[in-house]
Amino acid sequence: MADQTETSREDGAHRPEAPGVNDVNAWFVREVLPLEPLLMHYLRKQWPNQSEIEDLRQDVYVRVHEAAKKQIPQPAKPFVFRIAHNLLVDRIRREHVVPIEAVADFDELGIAIDAPQPDRSVIARDELRRLQAALDQLPPRAREAVVLGRIEGLNGREIAKRMGIGTATVSAHLANGILALADILTGEVPPQERKS
Amino acid sequence: MTESCDQTLSPARATAQAAADWIQRRQFWDWSEKDQAELDAWLAENPLHLVTYLRLEAAWSRTERLAALNRPLSEVPRVAPEIRNRWLHMRAAVALIAFCVGAGALWLAQKPKENSYVTPIGVHETISLADGSQIELNTDSALRTRVDGNRRVAVLDRGEALFKIKHDAAHPFVVIAGDHRVTDIGTQFMVREQGARVEVAVLEGSARLESANAQSATLKAGDMAVASPHSLVVTKKPEREIANSLAWQRGMLVFSQTPLADVAAELNRYNTKKLVVADADAAKAKIGGTFPTSGVEEVTAAARVLFGLRVEDRGNEIVISR
Repeated sequence: MADQTETSREDGAHRPEAPGVNDVNAWFVREVLPLEPLLMHYLRKQWPNQSEIEDLRQDVYVRVHEAAKKQIPQPAKPFVFRIAHNLLVDRIRREHVVPIEAVADFDELGIAIDAPQPDRSVIARDELRRLQAALDQLPPRAREAVVLGRIEGLNGREIAKRMGIGTATVSAHLANGILALADILTGEVPPQERKS
Repeated sequence: MTESCDQTLSPARATAQAAADWIQRRQFWDWSEKDQAELDAWLAENPLHLVTYLRLEAAWSRTERLAALNRPLSEVPRVAPEIRNRWLHMRAAVALIAFCVGAGALWLAQKPKENSYVTPIGVHETISLADGSQIELNTDSALRTRVDGNRRVAVLDRGEALFKIKHDAAHPFVVIAGDHRVTDIGTQFMVREQGARVEVAVLEGSARLESANAQSATLKAGDMAVASPHSLVVTKKPEREIANSLAWQRGMLVFSQTPLADVAAELNRYNTKKLVVADADAAKAKIGGTFPTSGVEEVTAAARVLFGLRVEDRGNEIVISR
């Protein structure tokens, strides 16, 4: 029965007051995290030391989240890449590293900042298939623990009993699975780079 | 925590492992208020903790849909296909739902410990769940629940329900309606399914609404959300307005400057004898007041007296025109 003339929560660009932390978190999950594959691509191309990519990405996320607490930036995409760019410039100055190519234009990297995102309903239809594929990429024991917990609905102790292992090991497998699923589902680590 | 890593972990990876450990602890082991307070403190300690947790939690919550997979058909209890077919049949009959049943619904249909509830037109029912939660199921609605020690899930297949959830941080109550999902964060909320469109109003506490299309919002008391396949709109409603929208619990409907067409649509949910507004101008006439859900007579009387409209009883329907 809600009327149709109301404004959307997405439309937060002109709100003068600081957004609530729940709004910021929801925005972060909804708008920023889906950019991760693109962001990783950008960071990998720009930064020589590949072992630092994950740290850089998390630094970008922290800066984005902190900035959004003052005002949620719309649209998210150019904002996130501006922050990433600035972070790399800071790091280059501070550490005197030589970047692969002196921080180029986004265009040269093939990242069209305002390119339309894929249709979300298409993403939704593929979701189950993606989840299944992600599950299949987990290390076997982590997969088993996640399947028992998430699909069979067992709790930690029951998983331990079923797998015939200690509760601490179950915790380790589950944490491992959660971590790997995030990497796969958020779409950044190619399978060969993960370790079990 | 996570296994055998002999080299030094990067700060990002070390934090990610800590966050993953929090998530699995919270999900799979005993979880007390004290644990929650410790987690909250950890999240507040450092912004890196928070963004890392959000990233892992977002991916992990998506895997809830996995429950639809990996259950061989041989394990499906025999009654389930009949129930499902009956749903499909009813849906077709009512021509209400243009949307397929969500993954969670499919999973529920295949689970043995499932309860299902159906209310006929004009009837509402109170359902008490084993966990102490209570559900008010409104007219012409269908709901299935599965509540056990590990999971609390309800699927609203059709209609409207008010959920008064007994909060348990370790086992959040999840309501699936169409392709949308509502998770309670200690709360009372209303969910109404109208085909692909789902409405959620929060009366107390807060709840999280997620759509399969990756949109989501955290709703607080007084928030009303309308989710469709392509949008999610949240508005703040005055307390009275939300209370009014739940007057059906008392067998009443409250209208305030509501167009006659909407009044008729609302009444028709509760009555088999349908009210048809045959004239575009008549449809726009505004009506206010409190009516019983069976109050077709009262509304037609108001239409006749206040607006001078013509009311014609044709047996199975009542037509209002000029």
